[in-house]
Amino acid sequence: MTIKTYRQTLHDTLAEEMRKDPDILLIGEEIGHFEGSYKITAGLLAEFGPKRVKDTPIAEEGFTGAAIGAAMLGLKPVVEIMTINFSLVAMDQIINHAAKIHAMFGGQANVPLVIRTPGGGGQQLGASHSQNIEVFYAHIPGLKVVCPSNPADAKGLLKAAIHDTDPVLFLENLGLYGTKGEVPDEDYVLEIGKANIAKSGTDITVISYSKATTVALEVANELAHEQISVEVIDLRSLRPLDRKTVVESVRKTSRAVVIEDDWLTYGIGAEIAATIQEGAFDYLDAPVRRVAAAEVPVPYSKPLELASLPDAVTLSKVIHQVLDATAFNR
Amino acid sequence: MVSRNTTAKAGRVAGKANDSKNVGSGNQNDKDLLLSFYEEMVFIRHFELKASEMYQKARIGGYCHLNLGEEATVVGMMRATQTQDYLFTTYREHGYAIGKGSDPNRVMAELFGKADGVSRGWGGSMHLFDSETHLMGGYGIVGGQIPPATGAALAISYKNDPSPDSPIVVCIMGDGTTNIGAFHESLNIAAVWKLPIVYVIVNNFLGMGTSVDMASGEPELYKRGASYRIDGIRINGEDPLEVYDTCLKTFKAAREEHRPFLIEAMSHRLKGHSVVDPAKYRSAEEVKVAEQHDPIPLLEKKLTELGHLKAHDIALIAAKAKERVKEAADFAEQSPNPDIGQLFSNVYSKKPANDFCRLPGEPLFDEHSFDTVTER
Repeated sequence: MTIKTYRQTLHDTLAEEMRKDPDILLIGEEIGHFEGSYKITAGLLAEFGPKRVKDTPIAEEGFTGAAIGAAMLGLKPVVEIMTINFSLVAMDQIINHAAKIHAMFGGQANVPLVIRTPGGGGQQLGASHSQNIEVFYAHIPGLKVVCPSNPADAKGLLKAAIHDTDPVLFLENLGLYGTKGEVPDEDYVLEIGKANIAKSGTDITVISYSKATTVALEVANELAHEQISVEVIDLRSLRPLDRKTVVESVRKTSRAVVIEDDWLTYGIGAEIAATIQEGAFDYLDAPVRRVAAAEVPVPYSKPLELASLPDAVTLSKVIHQVLDATAFNR
Repeated sequence: MVSRNTTAKAGRVAGKANDSKNVGSGNQNDKDLLLSFYEEMVFIRHFELKASEMYQKARIGGYCHLNLGEEATVVGMMRATQTQDYLFTTYREHGYAIGKGSDPNRVMAELFGKADGVSRGWGGSMHLFDSETHLMGGYGIVGGQIPPATGAALAISYKNDPSPDSPIVVCIMGDGTTNIGAFHESLNIAAVWKLPIVYVIVNNFLGMGTSVDMASGEPELYKRGASYRIDGIRINGEDPLEVYDTCLKTFKAAREEHRPFLIEAMSHRLKGHSVVDPAKYRSAEEVKVAEQHDPIPLLEKKLTELGHLKAHDIALIAAKAKERVKEAADFAEQSPNPDIGQLFSNVYSKKPANDFCRLPGEPLFDEHSFDTVTER
């Protein structure tokens, strides 16, 4: 194990995979000479050269689609879209093409493509640069969507995404790049489609993904001092969704809260709540609660922005509300 | 990554030149070449007429766009390709699929939505794909094919140096497509990355019903490559020989130089945008003009004047085409429907953990979903 930042782990994992497989190439804006908007690809142009680290024009639809075509012919492109907000101009290629090509053409072609892109608010970047729109992609059969919450998962899921024979959206988070954690030194590969029980507990289940998992774990550790045992499920993968792990946990704890950085209406939490009511209806002691972003375009002003986003204090309050409603005895 | 399709039969209908690199540039006196163009054009005409008939008999569903009037462009261009070249095209692609070598039976079966269809019944008229012939898809979203086609050319340049044997990508689009962003983004990328791709605009003067003049700030579409220093050329798409010669030359340059080119082939659409479109936006005079530009009578006249074709031959070629097309329709009719049990088998190329395979109305969980059932 080595302690590393999420950013360094992404960099090292890309380099490690590129050294092993000459068919892997990186495609994106400012990833080479500029060394990446968030410096994930720093130094990779120097090591691998311009054939494998391709700076692109500002043309998300064009270069994302080009990566799809290159993947159809057997290359393994890893695309960086500078932020998930910019992926919206490439949605035709991602949803109408990458997600459809295998099925629509009768299984004759597949698209071994990774799209890395960070989302997340809390950086005072204003409404157009602070979105969590993972649900747009998680809705689409044919895509896989993963969202690592810590450096070790970033390594395990990035390797899995690169090895995958289908298109994978690898969702990073601006608020996680500087976070540190232990990362396995060996060739560590996670299985896409499986959730992780990030912390075991018996009283209540908190379901989270990406940066919200760090909030969930922080709250779970605080509440342990109050003799409240919180189980934290980190989804890791939004599609495929590991419904079974979620339901099994709630069958055990009888209480569930979802924390998500996206907007509540039609969000990831809505799917989780529906899954829990169908799989654990008879086990629930209280309604499933969701802690999600306020339904406004994310504001710039720091106090406004903070008020719009879910945080540890809010999650803790909602957990207490659920426990109180069920006459929980410490 | 393309898997090889082992069931498709390679080969071209009515075509002699299976591999254009063995064929010299055609000329007016090349009787065999011209006759083979004619035969294949007639075949595609009858294939499309049969498709129209089968659509109206509800054997074909969805949308159905025909190559009627475009046959000279189809045949001239496809003859200039090599089998190894990759073709990305539009939803008006039946003829191109056949011209690139797909079995007409399996093209018709795809229109019928049958298991023997080139796309196994998953694509339909707009989404023909044939890994065996390197037909990399008809694309139903206007211009959706342009970025992937460009990326396919990137993959070629990644693995091959420029040479007379290098594969290239041929990316076909309609005139209306040249107004979308992906067209401009892709041409720019192809130019800066020096990719072996030839973009071909089939200009039939109409989007669906909106004319090129109404929609395009630069209606001479071949000039649109100039912004990216891509050489463009406009050709008469009604003349299969001109199409063939230009494509052969251009494809050769793309192979040997690894850089993009733009060809604009002018042709006319004889009927509506799709089978169901009565084309009321066209005047009788406009329709008459289109009919005067029908490439089949034009070539027929030319071949007759050259003494290569007699009335008897014309009737014979038409009869042969009709017979072959009937065989394709019979094949499609008899082909089984795709197996509903395979509904989920193509969502991913390898089944992932927690793959979600529930039919409408089925519960999320069943008695086998959980290892232990804890009663409360």
